[in-house]
Amino acid sequence: VSRVAGLVLLALAAAAPLVPMGGMREYVLHVIIQIFVWSFIGNAWSLMGRFGLVSLGHGAFLGVGAYTTTLLWNFYGLTPWVGMLVAMAAAVVLAVVVAYPCSRFGIVGHYFALVTLAVGEVVRLLIIAERDWTGGSLGVTLRAAGDASLVALQYADKRVFYYGSLGVWLLGLYVWHRIDRSMARAAMEAIGEDETAAASVGIHVSRFKLAITAVSAALTALGGVLYAQYIAYVNPETLAGVGVSLRIVFAVVLGGMYSLLGPTVGTALTIALSEYLRITFGVHLIGMAETIYGLVLVVFIIFLPAGIYGSVRDLLTRRRPSPARAAA
Amino acid sequence: VSSLVDLVVNNPLLLAEAALNGLLLGGVLALLALGLNLIFGVLDVVWIVYVDLVTLCMYLVYFLVQVYGWPLLLGGLAGIALGVLLGIGVHLLVITPILNSPPVNQLLATGGLLFFIQSLATFLWTTDHRTVRLNLPTLEIGGMFVSFARLVAFALAVLVMLGLYLFLTRTYIGTAIRAVSQDRGAMALMGANPQRVYVVTSAVGGALAGVAAALLIIQYSVHPYFGAAFGPITFMICVLGGLGNMLGAFVASFILSEIISIGGVAWSTEMGYVIAFALFIVLMFIRPGGIFARRQ
Repeated sequence: VSRVAGLVLLALAAAAPLVPMGGMREYVLHVIIQIFVWSFIGNAWSLMGRFGLVSLGHGAFLGVGAYTTTLLWNFYGLTPWVGMLVAMAAAVVLAVVVAYPCSRFGIVGHYFALVTLAVGEVVRLLIIAERDWTGGSLGVTLRAAGDASLVALQYADKRVFYYGSLGVWLLGLYVWHRIDRSMARAAMEAIGEDETAAASVGIHVSRFKLAITAVSAALTALGGVLYAQYIAYVNPETLAGVGVSLRIVFAVVLGGMYSLLGPTVGTALTIALSEYLRITFGVHLIGMAETIYGLVLVVFIIFLPAGIYGSVRDLLTRRRPSPARAAA
Repeated sequence: VSSLVDLVVNNPLLLAEAALNGLLLGGVLALLALGLNLIFGVLDVVWIVYVDLVTLCMYLVYFLVQVYGWPLLLGGLAGIALGVLLGIGVHLLVITPILNSPPVNQLLATGGLLFFIQSLATFLWTTDHRTVRLNLPTLEIGGMFVSFARLVAFALAVLVMLGLYLFLTRTYIGTAIRAVSQDRGAMALMGANPQRVYVVTSAVGGALAGVAAALLIIQYSVHPYFGAAFGPITFMICVLGGLGNMLGAFVASFILSEIISIGGVAWSTEMGYVIAFALFIVLMFIRPGGIFARRQ
């Protein structure tokens, strides 16, 4: 049944841009693209988060991704198609450089979160410090390549990005699903519970942790690339540092980090809420959206750690919570 | 590296001034780290929102002193009172329900609170930078200029640190705080009430946030992102110094502040912070117990 429902939803998503919406189309597409991109990023984060590897520095990977392709294109004219591979490789290198010692020296839990937080800040500050070619805190605009260009991956037509981000979002779900069904999941859950015990039954702790971190970093960088190509402007505050890193985490926790669609539900809700408040109250209520979901978040961590989607699903299916969920 | 060498060789006075300013910034950071170290270090509860509580207290002192014309001392006392209330409030409302879940959840819940405070401050008071205008003298020492306000903050930070040390080691409740941090369960088995200890510690931590706020408002302007600017570095100081080690945090404040200050003059402010953060990451790996920890 759920497969049929999924296919129907997918068909609806594919047909959405064809629905006549008059002048609203651009706006609606814009919001949905944002939801797809940030859901994908949240999904990439949750690959680590669900196993207790709570990173507060995913902005670092986002920033590395977005800036790598943008600068390579602006200065060397390198197509983002190649640039995104470079960007993902760079993010993986950064991830391994950080995660290997963390794993080696047993830095877990909130210490891991603090180290990753510092990494996110380092990337943000480096971008600002190297202002001669990164534009500093003012950011950088993607060098324009005309109305539509496959080489430059720039399109004025939002429908292209709509399908592109839909595809990337599905890719993210697929990766999540594959990991969920693999041995890695069992291994990671064991590691998340007790590393020493996991190692004692022959699980290669470092290898699994590094692998999951690398996958998460690469996907996050890809999300950063996609976002930069779509917005055609990169800025250290929106793509690196603590702010955006926390935003990713919050959306995921809100939706539920232990379920496939949790990050998507959480991201859609936060974006919808801030858009709704922005439209209803205009610029008079700047900060109101964040005020509300900051509060909602506190309540959720306390009462519904499995998130909205996770809790609703548990309620419907009456499944016993998995060990990872019970621990959180 | 060449710009650092250049600074040492060609401009020793500039370097000395940077070092001195680093020393004074260290006083500020040490002040911020005191309360956090009590809560995060001794009690092992993660208040990522700590410096934002300081921000709220700073707003209160600013409004009382600058807008309503209260004397600074009275405004500062009000700031401390607010800090106590905030500390108790955070503990009872946010931390108590999740005290026994993993520390990451405490981090996320107080992180939500951080978002709440930052955006509420933006909403209520806009992003304007607000400064208490006091005509405090600037001292000149051998051709270098030192702000008096920073000197006072520095001296008080040292005093409060000593007081805190004595409180933790010499008083009954201080001993109880250290006991609860060692073993929550055993504390209850001995017939003591851990919740009371938590509330008292949170109140003291909040009061220290108020003290920091009163001293910071005379040298920095307050804005909604003040907490974001000083939060990460404050956490790093507590970890670097060794959690709960007041002296360690004090030394760590000065190591980081000197790096930030001298790096800022040699390259740029951002690079100073980059080096400080990078050092933190590396030290976490080689000395996870802090700079003064014995190797296991």
